[in-house]
Amino acid sequence: MTFAPGNLIAGRFAAGIALALGLGQMAAADTLTIYSGRGEALVAPLIAQFEAETGIKTDVRYGSTSEMAALLQEEGTNSPADLFWAQDAGALGALAPVFAALPATENEKVLEVFRDPSNKWVATSGRTRVLVYSTERVEPANLPAKITDLTDAKYKGRVSWAPTNGGFQAFVTAFRLTHGDEAAKAWLEGMIANDAKVYKNNGTQIDAVAAGEVDFALVNNYYLGRYTAKDAEFPVDQTNFEAGDIGNLVLVAGVGIVEASDNKENAQKFIDYLLSPAAQQFISLQGYEYPVTPGVIPHATLESLDAVQAISPKVDVNQIGDLEGTLALLREVGLL
Amino acid sequence: MTGIATSGRAGRRPRPQLALLLAAGLVGVGTCLPALYLVIRAFGAEPAQLAEIVFRARNLMLLGNTLALVALVLAIGTLIALPMAWLVTRSDLRARGLVTFLMALPLAVPGYVMAYALLGLSGYYGFAREWFGVSLPPLHGLWGAALSLSLYTFPYIFLNLRAAFLGMDPGLEESAASLGRGRAEVMRHVVLPQLKPALISAWLVVGLYVIGDFGAIALMRYEVFSYAIYTQYAGAFDRTYAAWLSLMLLGVAALALFAQARLTRSRRFARVGTGVQRRVRPVRLGYWAVAAWGWILLVSLAALGLPLAVLGHWMRRGIGEIDWAMLAQAAVNSGIAGAVVAVLTVALALPVVLLTLRWPGRFASLTDRLAWMGYATPPLAFGLAMVFFTLAVIPFAYQSHGVLIFAWVMTFLALALGPLRLALMQIGMRPEEAARALGAGPGAAFARVTAPQLKGPMVAAGLLVFIAVVKELPLNWMLAPTGWRSLSTTVFGRTVEGMMTEAAPYALAIIVFSAFFVGLILKYEGVDRKESGRG
Repeated sequence: MTFAPGNLIAGRFAAGIALALGLGQMAAADTLTIYSGRGEALVAPLIAQFEAETGIKTDVRYGSTSEMAALLQEEGTNSPADLFWAQDAGALGALAPVFAALPATENEKVLEVFRDPSNKWVATSGRTRVLVYSTERVEPANLPAKITDLTDAKYKGRVSWAPTNGGFQAFVTAFRLTHGDEAAKAWLEGMIANDAKVYKNNGTQIDAVAAGEVDFALVNNYYLGRYTAKDAEFPVDQTNFEAGDIGNLVLVAGVGIVEASDNKENAQKFIDYLLSPAAQQFISLQGYEYPVTPGVIPHATLESLDAVQAISPKVDVNQIGDLEGTLALLREVGLL
Repeated sequence: MTGIATSGRAGRRPRPQLALLLAAGLVGVGTCLPALYLVIRAFGAEPAQLAEIVFRARNLMLLGNTLALVALVLAIGTLIALPMAWLVTRSDLRARGLVTFLMALPLAVPGYVMAYALLGLSGYYGFAREWFGVSLPPLHGLWGAALSLSLYTFPYIFLNLRAAFLGMDPGLEESAASLGRGRAEVMRHVVLPQLKPALISAWLVVGLYVIGDFGAIALMRYEVFSYAIYTQYAGAFDRTYAAWLSLMLLGVAALALFAQARLTRSRRFARVGTGVQRRVRPVRLGYWAVAAWGWILLVSLAALGLPLAVLGHWMRRGIGEIDWAMLAQAAVNSGIAGAVVAVLTVALALPVVLLTLRWPGRFASLTDRLAWMGYATPPLAFGLAMVFFTLAVIPFAYQSHGVLIFAWVMTFLALALGPLRLALMQIGMRPEEAARALGAGPGAAFARVTAPQLKGPMVAAGLLVFIAVVKELPLNWMLAPTGWRSLSTTVFGRTVEGMMTEAAPYALAIIVFSAFFVGLILKYEGVDRKESGRG
């Protein structure tokens, strides 16, 4: 055959692919592979500390909780992940089929309110649903007593929510369980009719309140602290609804061991570490979340857990993992 | 096989080299994998659920929104790019080189940074409030999304139009003028028709990008197909509905590709005469230069000033906390990955372009269209398809660099086709035919006569791909080896919980890094122009 650059190029291409395929497959078998749906700023220091204490090497894959969940579902039994650390119980519940059962006593290490009865995952931190509002445009007297009051005409166009957010979806599931599907649907439709504004997540909603786009936002409790810690003048505050209201729901972030893992022993050590007093203290101080183990002091700006428990609705945490009905409902009313 | 040989210039030309066919086959397989995967996922549903999914009224709304967004982005992008391309090629504007650089530079800005920049105008910590004490209404919805997308995609239109202006034979315009046509008439009847193929192919690059983009759209809260697809995966853990939406999106892309092929078919604007192509005498701007500079300043401020200012704003709040070693490592990783993908993509694009130009026919045009489908596939669907097939067929390669590189090559191949195609068309077959007449074999004639002239455009095409890879996020995130850190995934890992200050140095590094290579693109494009001018 005569000299043909096409062949040469194809040959080089094939060689390049072959070389590249060989790279990157070098992860040692005993390295712990963690999929983290939680941000690097919070996770990286904890992992560095874990490595220093145990001598176990880790590889961390960062992404948003829901994308990680999609990836884990696609990987199934071939997943290289040993652990999945998720931002919300909805994702943990959806992934229960790919998780291994934890040791029988694992969930007894955490406070009762945070336990997973199926014992497929364990909570690593707690948070509550709250109402965030503008201190510039809202008089405390005009705060709603119940979350269902937000469908009232005086809140028209002033409230934001994030229908794709795991925390919000967990709240809707709890709403359905407590008040029934019809009531949940009526509330969602009432909110839509009242021109509730859709945002991507909790942080963008708080930005929107500060910027004057909306006056109220339905979010998790620990986002506002990150703003007010840097800027005491930040014109946003947060509040609860009246005692027992479904809007005061308690939620968790948690971690589970992937069934396909061949490194379950070290994975268990990582969970033990996350539940240790030092790690719990760090998560609370750094992330403005509630510790899940007894005897750890929560961040000073947080309401006491006892007070929160006194006003939070009684909902079976495990039921919140059952997302299907909620997603169907959100689709039916046109939010997804 | 005979179909391929006879559909070319039967009898006169040999059939394509095996290597060309292999390359085309690779493109075909690589770009069909996502569609195959989507079909598998799409039919995993119950029939009743399926009907409900496919015939939702919401799908129509999403389609309408998607089309409106594409139309608006193309309109804004063309309004910016067309005057700029004319100014830098046909007018006596000063500092044309600088203007060209400024207008190509927004390529370096990642979409999510542009969207944050526009949002950063308004807002509590926004510029308008912090610097001027006024609260601007936030840019949201259709206009916000369209503006942020057009501000970093218009350079594709600009570069294409500029190349078309430069490649135009002034003889045609002069003939029209000598036949008594006024300047406006020459513009309408001679110049614009010649710009049409370049404009349409640029619209294709931008339009297909827009329908697949997610980052900017999510921030601007505008519901289009890609947003809905993401929502189904991310918010609902629903791969079936997401697969259906992705297939619908691919249908839209296929229609656009079909339309493009119809619109640009059988058009030839290559020089037919002999002799040296002359430059057009530049149009004197006079006082219009002031308006031109005003427009240039406005566009530069919006497309470059704004994102840089926003990043500077974030940096100022956290400059002490930069981990330089980590930043350097991420930059090196991004650079190496980008370079490898760029080289492989150009190496694969060249045979595809040669095939479409020299052995035109069904097989060649199918290959070309498939390369574009790869570009149009929603990245999330492409990523999950690669996860699915890698684990099913070559599990040992899962989360290896190889698979990530393969996915990138298949995604960005289309970007390299345009510049190479244009260059090969302008070089034409004659020099090579002369070499053949002097006794050189087909391979040798190509290697000695055409290939040296292709060097510039190949580098330019490679750099375009390089920049796209450095900015790329979804595939990178989904397929990269665990623990391997690039600039864009680091930005993502830090913005996921709203840590803008921590993300800023990496976003800035992407821009600085890419800006350098934008400069190189122009350099190599310029070399090519001079050479073809002499040719």
